[in-house]
Amino acid sequence: MTDNPSSAPKIRIRGLRKAFGSKVVLDGVDLDVPTGTSFVIIGGSGSGKSVLLRCILGLIQPDEGLIEIDGVDVLRAPRREREERIGEIGMLFQNAALFDSLSVWENVAFGLLAPEPTRHSEKHPRLSRTEARARANAVLEQVGLDPSVGDLSPSELSGGMQKRVGLARAIADRPEILFFDEPTTGLDPIMGAVIDGLIVDCVKRMGSTAIAITHDMASAQRIGDEAAMLYQGKLVWQGPATSLMHSGNAMVDQFTHGRREGPISMELRR
Amino acid sequence: MKEFQQEITDTARQHRPGIKENFDVTRLAGYGCMALNDCPQCKSCTSHTTKDRLRRMNTLLDLVTLLGRTVFVVTRGAGSIGLFALEGISCFFRPPFYWRVFLQSLLDTGFLSLPVVALTALFSGGVIALQSYTGFAQYHAQSAIANIVVLAVTRELGPVMAGLMVAGRVGAAMAAQIGTMRVTDQIDALTTLRTHPMKYLVAPRLAAGVIALPLLVVVADILGVAGGFTVATVKLGFAPDNYIAATMNALKTEDVMVGLVKATVFGFLITLMGCYYGYTSRGGAEGVGSATTAAVVSASILVLAFDYLLTDLFFAQ
Ligand SMILES: Nc1ncnc2c1ncn2[C@@H]1O[C@H](COP(=O)(O)OP(=O)(O)O)[C@@H](O)[C@H]1O
Ligand SMILES: [Mg+2]
Repeated sequence: MTDNPSSAPKIRIRGLRKAFGSKVVLDGVDLDVPTGTSFVIIGGSGSGKSVLLRCILGLIQPDEGLIEIDGVDVLRAPRREREERIGEIGMLFQNAALFDSLSVWENVAFGLLAPEPTRHSEKHPRLSRTEARARANAVLEQVGLDPSVGDLSPSELSGGMQKRVGLARAIADRPEILFFDEPTTGLDPIMGAVIDGLIVDCVKRMGSTAIAITHDMASAQRIGDEAAMLYQGKLVWQGPATSLMHSGNAMVDQFTHGRREGPISMELRR
Repeated sequence: MKEFQQEITDTARQHRPGIKENFDVTRLAGYGCMALNDCPQCKSCTSHTTKDRLRRMNTLLDLVTLLGRTVFVVTRGAGSIGLFALEGISCFFRPPFYWRVFLQSLLDTGFLSLPVVALTALFSGGVIALQSYTGFAQYHAQSAIANIVVLAVTRELGPVMAGLMVAGRVGAAMAAQIGTMRVTDQIDALTTLRTHPMKYLVAPRLAAGVIALPLLVVVADILGVAGGFTVATVKLGFAPDNYIAATMNALKTEDVMVGLVKATVFGFLITLMGCYYGYTSRGGAEGVGSATTAAVVSASILVLAFDYLLTDLFFAQ
């Protein structure tokens, strides 16, 4: 985790801290995600992985630390600039978080139709509803769904399909950064592999920078270039995703092999 | 006081060895009382008067704590609702405005509330006619009934009944919908799709409430008077044309306008409560449930409280 002088990282985090009341969740996280890499973060349930992503997205205000996107300090930048930076992040939520009052295609096209002032750049021309629908159909096809699914309501879809729609919504306006929060949790192994494939596809095709959170080692190795492990509020290990299963780090080994004995003791009550 | 403190310190120390010298009176009293309740040999520990004083002190402290906590919670709640309301209002002046959501809310709040509001108004007007006849009007001029019905409906029953019905229907629905969006991360998802949740969810609903309620009250006024008319003519046997003439005579623009002003305020308060409790809900399905209850209860109380305040403002000389 040293500074990389050759090329500025897309996302740079230093000394990030966040506590809820007396409970410290993030305790000095340092992280560099180089442009164009897929970064996988592993760690136990409740270790603060989602909180980390939420801090970067500006959904949670961290107590201390620095978050830079493209060299812009998003915690201290003016509102307009911060919104512009954060607007470049597409997010697939843990439970897809589809808008259940809208149809599937309106979900996918939501970002395309968003009339926020920050959208009127050349990269994001404001679309009419017909254009947005056409674009939504194309994106639905890209994640392996028939355009006719677009007219359904999200509650009519299975978990796997909801994840696909969530993915479609996240990538619809080709963000430079993509976040995936446990994209395969709750899916059967085959569907999990399919979603992983789609994620890799999208990330590679768009050349995006990605951060994915997962418990699933197979998934971590499929998606990630780089990997890191979050434990007790810190990144305790970082290395290539391919070395996850033989990292040489006792904590990572225990986690990836699912052993009960090891340096990590399950704290059931925290 | 000094010796009393010494007494309870002693009591506490007898039961909790190692208790700190500098504990404040509250905690010492707490331990003292615990000792009184817990210790089987307590009779030997402290004098009868000490126990009595401890007991009384404990009750007093409980009351003070309860009062302080209530004031604190109420003030903090009112403060954060106030801030929420200000942010919601400020969204009207900062584009974009989400017309689609606004029209949908207008449909939900206004149009779909019509049957409920219409029925309650109809029955309320009828009841007023009946009550004022059996109560006192039968000894006076019959026009008194038309008078009372018009006055009660336009000034009070129209706005209040519509307000309470909409509070139950729409306040609950909004709290449940927005609350569900909160606990399933949909509100966070809005932010990641460059959409300001307050502008998208709250501002259009507040606007819909402010516009829909007066319209509903116009309907409630008409149907309330119609209910009175029906009872007066069909059941009490008044002449229809006389009743209508008396009604027209009693109808005052000022009363109707004040009723509509009340309705506007109610519309704002009801949707504000629905949005606020939904927006701030947490803790899964249970949290959404209590948000819904809180929204309906507080909206109903506010409707009645503001009804009083506005009546005082407009009608009291
Ligand atoms: N908004 C919040 N308020 C209080 N505690 C929170 C909040 N969000 C997360 N936490 C706590 O932070 C810890 C980490 O949560 P999270 O990041 O969701 O874990 P995970 O690594 O499984 O994604 C959890 O123990 C959770 O209870
Ligand atoms: Mg999580």
